[in-house]
This record gives sequence, structure tokens and C-alpha cells, in this order.
Amino acid sequence: MTGTFALVRLALRRDRLLLPVWIMMITGAIAATASAIGELYPGMAQRVALGVTIGSTPALQALTGPVFDATSVGGLTAWRATTLATGLVGLMSIMVVTRHTRAEEETGRAELIGACAVGRHAIPAAAVIVAGGANLLIAFLLTVTLIGQGLPGSGALGFGLAVGGTGWVFTGIAVVAAQVTEHARTANGLAISVLGLAYLLRASGDAAGVETLAWLSPLGWAQRVRAFAGERWWVVGLLALTGLLLVGLAALPARRRDVGAGLLPPRLGPSDAAPSLASALALAWRLQRGGLLGWMIGFAIGGAMFGSLAQSVGDIVNDNPQLAAILERIGGAGALVDTFLAAVMGLLGLAVGGFAVQATLRLQGEEAGIRAEPVLAAAVPRWRWTLSHLVIALGGTPIIITAGGLAAGLAHGVRTGEVGEQVLRLLGAAWVQVPAAWVPAGIAMLLFGLLPRLTALAWAALVAFALLAQLGELLQLDDWIRSLSPFAHLPQVPGGEVSAAPLLWLTAVAIALALVGVAAFQRRDLAGY
Amino acid sequence: MLLTSIVERREVWSATSYRTGFREAPMSGNPAILISGLTKSFGRVRALDGLDLTVDTGEVHGFLGPNGAGKTTTLRILLGLLRAGSGHAELLGGHPWRDAVELHRRLAYVPGDVVLWPTLSGGEAIDLLGRLRGGLDQRRKKALLELFDLDPTKKGRAYSKGNRQKVALVAALASDVELLLLDEPTAGLDPLMEAAFRECVTEERGNGRTVLLSSHILSEVEALCDRVTIVRDGRAVESGTLEQLRHLTRSSITAELDRIPDGLAELAGVHELAVSGSRVRFEVEADRLGGALRLLTDAGVRSLTCQPPTLEELFLRHYQSAS
Repeated sequence: MTGTFALVRLALRRDRLLLPVWIMMITGAIAATASAIGELYPGMAQRVALGVTIGSTPALQALTGPVFDATSVGGLTAWRATTLATGLVGLMSIMVVTRHTRAEEETGRAELIGACAVGRHAIPAAAVIVAGGANLLIAFLLTVTLIGQGLPGSGALGFGLAVGGTGWVFTGIAVVAAQVTEHARTANGLAISVLGLAYLLRASGDAAGVETLAWLSPLGWAQRVRAFAGERWWVVGLLALTGLLLVGLAALPARRRDVGAGLLPPRLGPSDAAPSLASALALAWRLQRGGLLGWMIGFAIGGAMFGSLAQSVGDIVNDNPQLAAILERIGGAGALVDTFLAAVMGLLGLAVGGFAVQATLRLQGEEAGIRAEPVLAAAVPRWRWTLSHLVIALGGTPIIITAGGLAAGLAHGVRTGEVGEQVLRLLGAAWVQVPAAWVPAGIAMLLFGLLPRLTALAWAALVAFALLAQLGELLQLDDWIRSLSPFAHLPQVPGGEVSAAPLLWLTAVAIALALVGVAAFQRRDLAGY
Repeated sequence: MLLTSIVERREVWSATSYRTGFREAPMSGNPAILISGLTKSFGRVRALDGLDLTVDTGEVHGFLGPNGAGKTTTLRILLGLLRAGSGHAELLGGHPWRDAVELHRRLAYVPGDVVLWPTLSGGEAIDLLGRLRGGLDQRRKKALLELFDLDPTKKGRAYSKGNRQKVALVAALASDVELLLLDEPTAGLDPLMEAAFRECVTEERGNGRTVLLSSHILSEVEALCDRVTIVRDGRAVESGTLEQLRHLTRSSITAELDRIPDGLAELAGVHELAVSGSRVRFEVEADRLGGALRLLTDAGVRSLTCQPPTLEELFLRHYQSAS
């Protein structure tokens, strides 16, 4: 552990912009949610009415979780904000930990550090301290801001600790993932898959009312802290203990394995390249195909899970004639199912935007890793190299979301008994998302061409789009602010009307952004050592 | 036969083109690389400050200079990876930036720090780079793999620095190109592999290829290069054959004399004179050697050792900061 303190300072120096942005973004979004709920539902009766609606709508429970106390502003805030906040702290913790552990080993910088008077555990320990500290700070800031908004102190503390504790669990998951895999990209992917799985477990558990399923997920625990609804402090203890156990688990391989090595021994490859590996595009495909497959599998699982839930939304309504009568006026149970499916497709669209950005920014990774240099020093025009990865990003987007739409359509269709029809409807609903998901990829390409140091802003844009989509309506933001997100312009399908115009101009915007980026890269210097 | 052609070439160089001056344009044929007054700045840092470099077609040209002198920057400009600031740069008769793709079919590059794709095997990387360049000779690849004793089945990450360098070397040498740009290609190689590398470069020259070799290893430069250019702080400070550069340095002389001659200290071109009893030690510039020796013989020489300048001295003088 020797040298941990110095490494913590190094990490804080490297993250002096990144961490504050994450922390401000998360606390800011939650504070805004709480105040919006206070303004929108000032009276007890309004809040209870909302609570009844949520309680009787599994779809809402799937997306955001159960509501434990609808009578208070705090209870509704906890319902609306827990999933969002825990998802974001999970992502933050994973990225921070990987960046300071496996990414350092992969680049060889860890070797430089390891040769100094630094203990074997110092590098992961420093990453855990930084990520854990950030989570603790988020817990503190959330508590203080929520108390500042007049919410009860113990509830605010419970909510802050639930969110920070979930971040702490994912700190542990990320540090384990960093030990297992050899590459930072795989470590990130593995930990984010766990996050995705945790979300799906919680969503299906909450929607289907199977408590056990939700209890399998740390995201479910965060909700079951029951902030503002008779806090269960032992669940906070469960979060803290799980994170600690995971961190301890990660320390075991760290003591035995070589620096730079994973748990699996490296395999040998072919001595000659396949004849097809002869172009920049073939190389890009080779580098990205594994990731593409992983995304497809994830989308297929997610789509199937949500698809199989959709019908239960309608079932519960049908069981309740009173509610059905109310809902008949707004289109009936069928409309409710469609609303749910449209919301799911919106989520898939945002998620596939993550793939589009990641695949585009592979360019940045190749350049910074000095692997672009040998390709561009061969007879490969710059535009061909940039387009090779861009083609994977833009072409992979519809492929991945097709996997999600297809799985959702099959699962939903099997339950309703109209497989063919539902598959077609949900495939269409999935494809509608594609032009909007291309826009963040266009932004990433633009940044790569013009401001390669600031490519992380493409991720910031995607997170901003997600926040606008999730909270824009609740916060009653002006239309023009909400229209900044490309996802705001998509038709609500299934159920709604589809018009081609927004899809066409979103595609045009994405392509225009990307082409400016490609053109800018034609003219700029390649980064060196 | 190969050797004689090298010797002949050497003689041609020293006999004709470079008698008269060092930075003169070559006499025959188009130079493979022609750079004059080249500048490049990164922010406020000036990496190249009016660099001149001429590499003739068919020669092995040594490119020397201390760390940070601008060697890699020059190579990266020649490869069209960086844009030149001002000045003129020409490569195989084309423009390094504008005609990059066409030019890259005719050249191969070995970077100083080779990074490979972690998921690709070495053999795959060699094939890929060769094909991106326009094809490579499989038979030659096999021979080179054997010569460099390289296992092509390992994945990119599993290679040591030296083996990564070998991957890039095999990919470059197995391509049928006119020009090789090599940036400290032997920095990670063991002596045995370095010998193999020299063999290859000698053969390349025999095939009429041009080589620009950035290197710090003086014995390598001495063994391989027809001419060298020394850069410092982004400028060429010296350029010519090694013989010519040797002329620019001093011989060190130690002599036992009957008496200490007057005026030795004042003689032009004599430096660092040390007298102890009847023994003198001093350094003398090459073209003043005659005058100094005359003075010594007049003083009665009992013993005399004259050490010609070593390359180390030559380079150290140029590497050390500007005088």
C-alpha cells in the first residue's frame, strides 16, 4: 500500500475536471428533480393520486422502480431519482476505477509506477479511494441539498447514502473487472454489463412484483433503503459491506498475478493474416466486431426482458375495472402497453447512442495509442481510415437496435399471440431511434476532427440528451431546451404517428457533423508521443 | 560482388560529389528526399528551425542528433502525418502532405516506438501493414522472420519492445519499396539482431533502395551510412560523408621531445596544450596538422602518437549545446 497517497494525488490531478463535472451533474440533476416534484405536486391529494397511478403501472415500476411513500415530496423524489442517480454513479465509479487501474497497466504507465517504491496494491487502492471518495462526496452533497430544499434530514441522508453506496458497490465491481481482463476496454465493458444486468434484474423484479429478483440487484437495494419512507439503514450497511467485499476480492489476484496480465493466459494467434484483412475497413471491423457482438447480446437480453413485461402492464389494468374505465378515455390498456414499449425503445435508443459514440471514438483511441500512425504511414488516405471506424459506428447502430427490437417483438408477441405483427411493430419502433442515436456519433466525429482533446464532450452530450429525455418533461423545461436533444424529435412509437421529416433531418444533421469532422481531420496534425 | 559495389560507391562519393562542400545539391539524379528551410512549431515550442536535408537516391543516409533535436518530427512531416510550417520538403519527387497516399506505396516506415494491436498476432500485423502499403513478398517475409528469429503467432501485447520492433522491421523490409524511413530501428534489438539488421540494410542498398536511418548507434552509422546529417535544435549542423566530417575534428597528439618548441601554444589550430617535462599533449585541427608536426620535428621527436578523431568525439561535440 506504500505510495497510495501519492497516487491518489496523481489521480485527483488527472481528474480535476472530470470528477467535479460528474459530481455536479449528478447532484444537480437530483436537486432539480426534487424541486420540480415539490412544485408540481404541492398538495397531498395530488401526490397520492400520482402514487396510485405509479403503483398500478408495472411499466413505470420497471423503468423507475416502486414508490414506497407517495404522500411526501421526498418519497416521490426517491422514486423518480433513485434509478437515474444510481445508474449515473455506477457509470462514474466504473469509468474512474478503470481509468486508474487497467488502463494504466495497458499503457505501461503502471510499470513505471510499480518500479518506484510503491506497494503492489497501491494502484488499485488509490483508484478505490478516489472513486469511493467521490461517492462519499456525492452522498454528502445530496443529503445537504435535499435538506436545503426542506426535505426531512433522515430521508435525505438515507437517499444520499443509498446513491453513494451503490456507487461504492460498482467501485468494487469495477476493480474486480480490472483484475480479470487484460484490456481497459474489456474491463469497462464487463463492469458496465454488470450494471446493465443489475438494471434489468431490478426492472423485471419491480414490474413483475418478484421481490427476490430485485434483491439480486444493487440498484434494487438502493431503492429498498426506502429513503423518505421509513429508512432501512441495514440496507445501507449491505451496500457498504458488498463494496468492501468486492474490493477485498480484487486484492487476491492482484497479489499473485503479473503486472499487465489478466487472469486468463494470452493465447496465440495465426502466423499469417486472413486474405480479407487487407484494408483499413477490415482492420476496423476486426477491432470492433467483438464489441458489436457484446452490444447485440446485451440488447437482445434487454429487449426480451422488457418485451415479456409489456403485456403485464395491460393485464393489471384489465384486472381493475375502475382503472380500466379511467384509462379507456385515454386510449385503453393497449395504449398503456404501447406507451411502455415506446419508453423502452427510447431507452434502447439512448443506449445505442452509447455504442455509436464509443465506436466513433475508437479513432481517438487508435490515434492516442500510436496505432493510427502505421496505418496512415501506409498507403491509406486519411478519409478512408476515419470512415472505416465511422462506418462501423453508424452501421452497427441499426444492427444492435435491431437485436433489441426483434427480441422485444418476439417476447411481446409470444405473450399476446401475434408474433408476426408485434415483431414488425417493434422493429419499426426500434429503427426510428437510429437517426437520433447517430447524432452523438456525429458530435464525436466532429470533436475528433476539430478538438481531439475534448472528445469526452461527446459523452457529456449523450448524458445531457439522456437527462433531457428522462427529466425534461418532469422539470417542465422550455420546449427549446428539450428540443436540443435529438431524441426529443422522434415519434412515440409504437402507438404514435410516424413522420419521415424529423428522421430525415436528424440523419442529415448527424452526417453533416460527421463530415465536418472528417474534413477537419484531413487537415490536422496526427498526435504523436 | 555486393561488397565491391559498396566500396565502389564509397569511392565515388569521396572522390567526386562532396569534395567541394557539404550542403551542395547532389550531382546526378533526383534526390529521394530534399528538405530546405523546414520549420515546424508545436504551440510555442519550435521543433524544426530551418532544417536542411538531402538524401540521394540509392544512398544510406544517417540521421543523427541528440534527443529532441527534431529527427522524429522530420520523419513525421515526410510521412504526411504532420503539416510542415514553412520551407520546402520533397519526397520521391512528390509533396509529402498532398501526395501522401501515392508516396506511401513507394516507401516503408519503422517508427521508433512500435505499438501493435493487442488482439492481432504479429504475423497478422505484418501482413496487414504490407497489404495497406500495396502488397508484400511472402517469401521474403518468411526469410526475414527466420533471420530475426521472430515468432509471428504471439499477440501484439505479448511482444517485448525488441520483438515489436522486429514486427515493424519485417513488415517494412518485406515490402517492395524504393525508400525506407527508419527511426532508431535497432534501439530495442540485441547485438545479434542488430547484426541481422545491418545485413538487411546492406542488402537493401545493394538493391538500389534509399534508406534514411535515424540512429544513435555510432558503430551502426559508421558501418552502414554513406553520408550523415547531424541535427541539433531543429537545424542541420553538419552534413557529409564520414571522412569529410572527420576532417572537421581534431587529432590528439602526444609526443616526447628533445626540447619544448616555442610558439606551439600560439600556433593556429592547436588546442588544450599540456606540457609536462619533455612531454607535450595537445589537440590539433585536421588542416593544421602539418604545421604542428613541422614544429615538433624541428624540436626533435623521440616518440609520437597521433590519434585520429573518433566518431564519438565528433558527435559529442555536435550533441553538446551550441558553443
